[in-house]
Amino acid sequence: MDRKITFSEAINEAMAEEMRRDEAVFLIGEDVGVFGGVFGVSTGLFDEFGETRVRDTPISEIAIVGGGLGAALMGMRPIAEIMFADFVACAMDQVVNQVAKARYMSGGKASVPLTLRIVNGAPGSAAAQHSQSPEAWFMNVPGLKIAIPATPYDAKGLLKSAVRGEDPVLFFEHKMLYAEPGEVPEDDYTVPFGEAVVRRAGKDITILAIGGVLPRVMAATEQLAAAGIDAEVIDPRTLVPFDKETVIKSVQKTNRVVIVHEAHKRAGPGAEIAAMLAEEAIGYLDAPIVRVATKNVPFPYAPDLEQYILPTVEDITEAVSAVVAYRL
Amino acid sequence: MSISNYPKEQLLTFYRQMVKVREFELRAINERRAGLIPGFIHSCVGQEATAVGACAALNQDDVITSTHRGHGHLVAKGGEPRYMMAELAARQTGYCGGKGGSLHMTDFELGILGANGIVAGGIPMAVGAALAFQMRGEQRVALSFFGDGAVNEGAFHEAANLAGLWKLPMIFFCENNLYGEGTPQDKQAPVKDLSIRAAGYAFPGVIVDGNDVTAVYEATQEAVARARAGEGPTFIEGKTYRYRGHYEGDPMVYRSPEELEAWQERDPIAAFRQRLLEHKFASESEITAVESEIQSLLDEAVEFAAQSPQPTRESALDGVYGDTHEGRVF
Ligand SMILES: Cc1ncc(C[n+]2csc(CCOP(=O)(O)OP(=O)(O)O)c2C)c(N)n1
Ligand SMILES: [Mg+2]
Repeated sequence: MDRKITFSEAINEAMAEEMRRDEAVFLIGEDVGVFGGVFGVSTGLFDEFGETRVRDTPISEIAIVGGGLGAALMGMRPIAEIMFADFVACAMDQVVNQVAKARYMSGGKASVPLTLRIVNGAPGSAAAQHSQSPEAWFMNVPGLKIAIPATPYDAKGLLKSAVRGEDPVLFFEHKMLYAEPGEVPEDDYTVPFGEAVVRRAGKDITILAIGGVLPRVMAATEQLAAAGIDAEVIDPRTLVPFDKETVIKSVQKTNRVVIVHEAHKRAGPGAEIAAMLAEEAIGYLDAPIVRVATKNVPFPYAPDLEQYILPTVEDITEAVSAVVAYRL
Repeated sequence: MSISNYPKEQLLTFYRQMVKVREFELRAINERRAGLIPGFIHSCVGQEATAVGACAALNQDDVITSTHRGHGHLVAKGGEPRYMMAELAARQTGYCGGKGGSLHMTDFELGILGANGIVAGGIPMAVGAALAFQMRGEQRVALSFFGDGAVNEGAFHEAANLAGLWKLPMIFFCENNLYGEGTPQDKQAPVKDLSIRAAGYAFPGVIVDGNDVTAVYEATQEAVARARAGEGPTFIEGKTYRYRGHYEGDPMVYRSPEELEAWQERDPIAAFRQRLLEHKFASESEITAVESEIQSLLDEAVEFAAQSPQPTRESALDGVYGDTHEGRVF
């Protein structure tokens, strides 16, 4: 397996292959067609599948998400793109009150095979309304599944699982990952939800890297290794469902954990994971659980300020070194 | 109204303001390329007459809300190029201290409630400002600029309904430039004239040539008079066109060069310049004087931005809340 494609190409392939495989799959969103998506992710799909299955919409997030829901209830398998994660807020009722709860409220009758592809992340001086990573807003809503791939392989495999599954999935694509290359096989494959992967084996500390921060975490582990710290890196790949076993097993070995994500720190994904570890794995821990995340302010425009609030490689190495040095 | 009924000074002001808007955009585009400006720019080159004509009908204490394509609205409402340029350059001296950038420039003293990163995001806010004016019995009005794409957002419809229902002193100003990002207007709405939507909310919808600054000014004046008289909102649709991409760097695969050229022949600034000369409202030398005045103004603005200090990194943490809570917010 040595074919390398980018994260963006992997998503494109997953969509194209699923659309070829199943007539019920279609893409809907703002400028996903002729324009190919503002980040170019759906390039070529309009030409191959035409305007019926690659649907440019008006700027109407409520109709995109709600329309996706209705079509899904009728047996279609829509992939709806939300151009920037920040704009999901415009469709919040549909996501939170309609999409998430349709199955449960109907006593299990409704199936919602709807995938929302959502672009999150910074930097880029895009400021407060084009930079957020709002995954955790939705972790608090039962009924939604949340995928947050960090490699081209996972992006393709998880997207296929999302499209083939019976539940609504919020699929977060970090914009800084789009150009990242990685190995992706040509054969059809899926990556199951709820299975974390160990990106680097180590014995001194567990670093949980969520989504777009993975390259920064891997860079930090190089520096840490040079300083004699052998970190284990775990990529959960999905936040709901979440693979507790893999994380707890790692913590049993390392006894220390740092959680890194780009969502804001307060009540971010790390808060839930830390609480779970406190409830279920406190006995294995020899140091506080530390989170490295975006500082609790809206994203500033100035590049230097933006870097200051984001979790950087230095923030990660510092936090990890401190946790490793910690003695009870 | 014929152009001959305008005082000469007013006509020259229209011209000066339009040239200022365009020059600001061209400089911003250049400075972005040169590296002074870090973020994205959605330029309004080609749309100067809507911004300038509409804002000319407002008083300083009237308010506007703007959009992602907002530089023209801000300049036209009195925004100073130096502070705008400094904001684009992410400097301490900018309108938002480098925190907002192009998408969030704000100046309450000038009645600029903000550009906006969310399509249609400013419209309900403008309605709320109009509500405050009405409740306090003030003679002020709120004008919300938005694009043809924005009228397909729920936010527009809820805001329009409320403004119509409560007869708020509000002007809905739609700059219909025929595209929302890469999607042409006829693929976004089943109606050609978006002003027709006002009918559903029981207020007038009017269409103006958005490239004709006096036509825009007059339509807005009328809407403002209605609003101040307590007769409620007006929807104004200015038909216009943006010359450049949706954002700087947009490959523009979705439209033809011929279409662009056809619109450029009806350039709002060149056409108005021509009218000024034809009607002998200004001599070539007076006009050139205005143009070079703007050049110096923009030279100064760029220089000011470039020389201004960067905000300190720690300032990123300030200004989230108005009340202090002594370390209780973490
Ligand atoms: C809620 C929301 N959806 C989508 C976008 C992305 N977006 C930014 S500008 C734009 C097009 C807006 O078109 P229009 O309202 O016609 O304004 P124009 O750009 O033509 O001035 C889009 C889709 C956004 N900023 N906010
Ligand atoms: Mg438009």
